[in-house]
Amino acid sequence: MVTALANTRRSFLQHSASAGLGLYTWAGAQAQTASPAASNTPAALANQAAAKDRILILIELKGGNDGLNTVVPYADPHYGALRPSIALKADELWILDDKTALHPELKALQALWAAKQLAIVQGVGYPQPVLSHFRSIEVWETSSKAQEVLSDGWVTRAMQAGLGARAAYTAQGVVVGSGQYGALAGAKAITLNNPDAFVNQARLATPSATRGNAALQHLLEVEGNVGQAANGLRGERYAFATEFPAGAFGNAAKAAAQIVASQRGKAGVPVMVLTLGSFDTHQNQLGPHANLLGQLAQGIKALQGALTELGAWERSLLMTYSEFGRRPKQNNSGGTDHGTAAPHFVTGGAVRGGLYGQAPDLSRLDSSGNTAHSVDFRQLYSTVAQHWWGIDPLPVVRGQFDTLDFLKG
Amino acid sequence: MPNVSVIWPLCANYFVAVLLLLGMHGAQAAPQHLSEQEARHLLLRSGFAPTQAQVDAVQGQGAAQAVDALIAQALLAKPSASPAFISPAPAFTTAPAPLYRAAQASRQEQQAFRQEQNRLTQEIKNWWMLQMLQTPAPLAERMALLWHGHFATSQQKVVRAQAMWNQHLIFRQHALGNFQTMLHAIAKDPAMLVYLDGANSRKDAPNENFAREVMELFVLGEATVPGMGGVSAQTGLGGYTEADIREAARAFTGWSIEPGDFSYMYRPRFHDSGSKTLLGNTGNFDGGAALDLMLARPQAARFVATKLWREFISPNPEPVALERIAQVLRTSNWSIAAALREVFLSDAFWDAGNRGALIKSPVELLVGTARQFDLKVPQPQLLVQRSAQLGQNLLMPPNVKGWPGYTQWINSTTLLERKRFLEVALRDAVAGKSPEAMAAAPNTPSSSIFAAPTPMQLPAAPIQPLRFDASAWLAGYGARIDSEPGFTEKERIVSAILSYTATQNIANGTVGLSLIRVLVQDSAYQLK
Repeated sequence: MVTALANTRRSFLQHSASAGLGLYTWAGAQAQTASPAASNTPAALANQAAAKDRILILIELKGGNDGLNTVVPYADPHYGALRPSIALKADELWILDDKTALHPELKALQALWAAKQLAIVQGVGYPQPVLSHFRSIEVWETSSKAQEVLSDGWVTRAMQAGLGARAAYTAQGVVVGSGQYGALAGAKAITLNNPDAFVNQARLATPSATRGNAALQHLLEVEGNVGQAANGLRGERYAFATEFPAGAFGNAAKAAAQIVASQRGKAGVPVMVLTLGSFDTHQNQLGPHANLLGQLAQGIKALQGALTELGAWERSLLMTYSEFGRRPKQNNSGGTDHGTAAPHFVTGGAVRGGLYGQAPDLSRLDSSGNTAHSVDFRQLYSTVAQHWWGIDPLPVVRGQFDTLDFLKG
Repeated sequence: MPNVSVIWPLCANYFVAVLLLLGMHGAQAAPQHLSEQEARHLLLRSGFAPTQAQVDAVQGQGAAQAVDALIAQALLAKPSASPAFISPAPAFTTAPAPLYRAAQASRQEQQAFRQEQNRLTQEIKNWWMLQMLQTPAPLAERMALLWHGHFATSQQKVVRAQAMWNQHLIFRQHALGNFQTMLHAIAKDPAMLVYLDGANSRKDAPNENFAREVMELFVLGEATVPGMGGVSAQTGLGGYTEADIREAARAFTGWSIEPGDFSYMYRPRFHDSGSKTLLGNTGNFDGGAALDLMLARPQAARFVATKLWREFISPNPEPVALERIAQVLRTSNWSIAAALREVFLSDAFWDAGNRGALIKSPVELLVGTARQFDLKVPQPQLLVQRSAQLGQNLLMPPNVKGWPGYTQWINSTTLLERKRFLEVALRDAVAGKSPEAMAAAPNTPSSSIFAAPTPMQLPAAPIQPLRFDASAWLAGYGARIDSEPGFTEKERIVSAILSYTATQNIANGTVGLSLIRVLVQDSAYQLK
């Protein structure tokens, strides 16, 4: 029964994750007495025990990544027509199949693709999309509906829904290289640029049980989170054979790898967030966009190498996100304006590589000239919650969304 | 026993005043006679942390008198009104703009040009920091900084230092002036035209970047409910739709720059002169008309008033009082000075419950600490660098939304950096405890294998450290560095340094210098 259900779900969802097609939900699983994710089965308990050591690394493509020049529908005549001066030439692309190609700067990911550990989820978005950077990234980071404003990040809600109780983590999350807690807002998380400097300066934190106004509460929470994290991050640095690319994103990738290394024998850091940007390419975008995608691919490749050295690749999951994609039709400045749905990358030792979702339908654009989404971003989060962490996705994403099949059973 | 005949008329005046104010404003009226703490609150919130002498000078005045004086002084600090308020501008800013066309330059020339522009931009930052440290009109500097964050533009994209300087002068000139005039000036400002891509926007494919941000971030606020994909054109709080953004983008086409000297230039062939429907109005609007249509929305004044409220009063605007400030903006034809007067005389500004409700920005923390403790700052560049490390890189805001402020200033990285700065800055420089050299950025220990992510260029020569004369400062409160202050002296020092209850206990026997160092390390010191 278990196997049958799981297989049905897989075959049904594989490569066809359009909204409304998949039927597997948490509630449905709970109704099955021996469903794979039910929290009281031996399998689920074993899964939870393993999940304690699992790592999720979120990579924010800040500014709104141009999905059409990332995963390129090179055979679609609309593509070239919409982008007379910025369409990428087919002979330069990394061709995946007769319809799909990747930006040439992503070639550092070829080994991952060949190993079938790179999942590309196309058409990720949400209904009634917001084209404001700041609102839309809040929607993604808090897993809200387009019109609602939430304060806690979606990862924070996963912590509250059981993940946080699995271990006395060094920190529930670490944001590397950016000051924004984002998906970790409200969690026992820290930000740092460099683990050594963080540990050195942590003595300055003076936790206090005092209570006060909202501003003071925030300060005291930040101070309180520093001490425990600093204890857990202290220690010798690992000498990686893997080389990390130069630049801020390469540094952040290295910091993340060092954090994983520092957690051997300790409680762990289950979530890290890295940021790369700015992808807000309104003007003359070809050069800057290529550079950013190159940094992304090189950084992911380095992370894969370093995490493999640590024996942690099988328990690591990397996932990109961004506030939106960009407009299919280019503007007259050689750039693209704010759009909607976009492709995202998921990789890791447990990932089942391949194409998911649907390529954007460039023949059917909405009134603002943008594409419709085929996968809701909350399907990705639900998949992580249910199949990576083994927790109920409902309170995490605030709704029932079909999971995707990019994780090996 | 106080003299009743003196007290009684005061009480009577107070009673009448309370009655009047209750009718107008509610219970927490602006004080008739500022106490020491009220005087400090006004100066801290409207400028930078004051010295005791500055507090003493304002104490006892009526709030209205003190506020009017602050505003009058800030208006005098306009570049065109009184150059005496500011030190000479960096020399390069008065030279003609260099002619430079990136498209015609070699890669090497482009790199050299960018490096030179970065160097000149550093000069502007240093100059601005010096103004903030020395100005007798801190409100003018706070407003220039507020508008820089509001109309956020980054030199990283603009590149040209002179364009950043010219934009900075707009913020100074209109700091307390007319919001409408400033908005029109900024919309045609070459740095803004480059930053939000207006310069290349043409009628056949208008670039929406400026049109979107001018509505969302400069004038109206977030649309919040999009009118998208067949959904009927709903409007959100900002009162506009995606269609309005597209129409506004058409109106702004033609506002461009001369790429050689970077001056504003109207390009009629870029301009879409067709009819547009914007915010419910139809006509042949150009950019100026589009801006005025936005300003005519009732939400516009509320949006600007909200900005002032969050900057000066509290994180949570109270609707009725907020509307009063918005109404002043409307009826005064967008006078920022008039709105500020309403802000500083509002009940909420004086409400004791709002003391310490805001978090100091990096600039406020650094400049305020330097001013209040009379630190010697041999090179303002040191504070420019620290501010960047703390998340406020002058002339390089993180994005068009500017610095989000309030609790967003504080994460574990920035809080530890703030404390580290205070630990080093408030060592006594005179009594043999010389401060350690601050040349190495604290977040990049030399043993570290990580590079700092900040784009700041570190100078080749070590920057001279700040100097704090703790004995002189403590003497102003009748205290000494090496002995425990008496109860009264201690209380005065605590209330001079903290605007909110301390979170840490102060151990018996804590000597004067240690008391200062304990208080500035207290989280309450981050509040204002």
